[in-house]
Amino acid sequence: MTAALLTHPLFAGFTGAFEFIFSKQESDVTGGKKVGGIEQVLELAWTQIELSVLALLLAMLIAIPAGLYFGHRGKGELIAVGIGNAGRAIPELAAIALVATVIGVGFPGLVFVLALLGVPPILTNTFVGVRQVDHATVDASRGLGLTEFQVIRKVELPLAVPSIMTGIRGATVNIVATATIAPLAGVLTLGDFILGENVYGVNGVLAGAICTAILALLFEFALAGLQRRLTSKGLRLQQAQ
Amino acid sequence: MRFNHKKPLMALVMLIAALALAVGISACGGGSSSSATEATEAESTEGTGGEEGGGEAEAITSNPENAKVSLTIGSKNFPEQEILGEIYTQALAAAGYKAKSDLSLGSETVALKTLKSGQISGYPEYASTALTSFFGLEPEEVPSDATAAWEKANAEFEKEGLEAFEPTPFASANAVGLLKSTAEKYNLKTVSDLEGVSEKLSLYGSPECRQRIDCLAGLEKLYGLKFKEFKPVDISLRYTVLEKGQADLSILFTTDPQLAAEKEKFVILEDDKHVFPAGNVIFVTKKKVAEEAGPDYEKTILNVQQGLTLPVMQELDARVELEKQTPKEAAAAYLESAGYVE
Repeated sequence: MTAALLTHPLFAGFTGAFEFIFSKQESDVTGGKKVGGIEQVLELAWTQIELSVLALLLAMLIAIPAGLYFGHRGKGELIAVGIGNAGRAIPELAAIALVATVIGVGFPGLVFVLALLGVPPILTNTFVGVRQVDHATVDASRGLGLTEFQVIRKVELPLAVPSIMTGIRGATVNIVATATIAPLAGVLTLGDFILGENVYGVNGVLAGAICTAILALLFEFALAGLQRRLTSKGLRLQQAQ
Repeated sequence: MRFNHKKPLMALVMLIAALALAVGISACGGGSSSSATEATEAESTEGTGGEEGGGEAEAITSNPENAKVSLTIGSKNFPEQEILGEIYTQALAAAGYKAKSDLSLGSETVALKTLKSGQISGYPEYASTALTSFFGLEPEEVPSDATAAWEKANAEFEKEGLEAFEPTPFASANAVGLLKSTAEKYNLKTVSDLEGVSEKLSLYGSPECRQRIDCLAGLEKLYGLKFKEFKPVDISLRYTVLEKGQADLSILFTTDPQLAAEKEKFVILEDDKHVFPAGNVIFVTKKKVAEEAGPDYEKTILNVQQGLTLPVMQELDARVELEKQTPKEAAAAYLESAGYVE
């Protein structure tokens, strides 16, 4: 099947890239040492997964509680939306340079920078998700004697799950894709192929891009599955109608 | 009460505040500090003039015949290259050509591809890089004599319908750099001195360096060195990692202004086994472009690069890397102070 796929005219330009992914290739500048191949691809991809998952968890840890709090209070729109929009405007390379001077290059610094990138979509979507909960439902739950914390935990959070997950999925694509610049700050990810054209050649650059895209899709599928499991039955029925 | 939407004005104010914040932050990233540096440019312009003397510099005269020729000058993606690209562009414009620049194209592979495709007329390249990256020479095979290296590169370029003009006076090379205190602690002068110590030291360099034979791979192979670790970083951080104490060793460029300005802080190790070939800059162009552009093309480029000695290049790099001038401003200051333009 792979062979049929490779010879398809749609992939004609990618043949070299697929070869690069599966077997080692010659390089002009390494003094005879071959580069690429499935081992290196998997090694770099694994680092990219570790980096992305940690950054995503940190982003969620910051953004979800903050979004729930501001959404529940119905205040802090300035903070939630303002931080969301300002965060998008920070160039990642500038952030990396800043972090490099403050805490130094390496894994922890990168997790921090990538988490910053993930916070805006999660924060904004959590905030909006909670605000969209029908306030009659919230009043009713208060009438039943739920405490404010219980209102958040049992009513607002479950009803906001679809919106929160949308935020998380957006953040994930951002984080996985941006993790390709990690080789500029001390950590080798698939971005090494993309940034090192002199070493890996055009096929290596393309291979890095293809692998990163596949990685982002895998994350996306995993999260879509998670979203189905987390969404409450009532909401699923409502959406189905 | 939580769903109070009575405050549209407040919302508007918030929006504006958020926008202002966003614009402010992105402006910081963009480095739009040109207005702040104009004053320093005026002051320091005289500095270069005095240093250079400009005895050989011949003022560029505009030839109306050239007005019908359009030239686009490219460069690779770091400050020194952008400065050189601007110098050539502005000099050619002064000679009457319709010259514009298309700088920061990427690595040498990208720059050469752009040249071959005809999107740019020419770009500055280091003779050593051309020989090792394009023509498959091992670093130790690169001639140390500038003219010999240029002739060798030019012979190869000619096979591809390209042409390289004669080299600049200055040469640039990669080098293993470190804090002076570290060098004194381990008594290091040459790269060979690292033997026995390198296992305790970390080396930082560009992501590419790791596998290049004219960088880490060569240090391991030719010198037989093993380092505690190699960490890839963006080249703009090459001094930051030393200053922060993260890196014991960092790959620097011999033309770096920091080496001239902070002699008491940073030093480089002598490359006694020639892993890092030094390269003078040669301007690479298409033969066809050179023929169509007429004799003033080569003449102007060779003329304007005469003043580019190591101290001058370091000073120009300093303007851009340390004083945050634009490459355009630095190039203009050079042309003026060396007497190429009025």
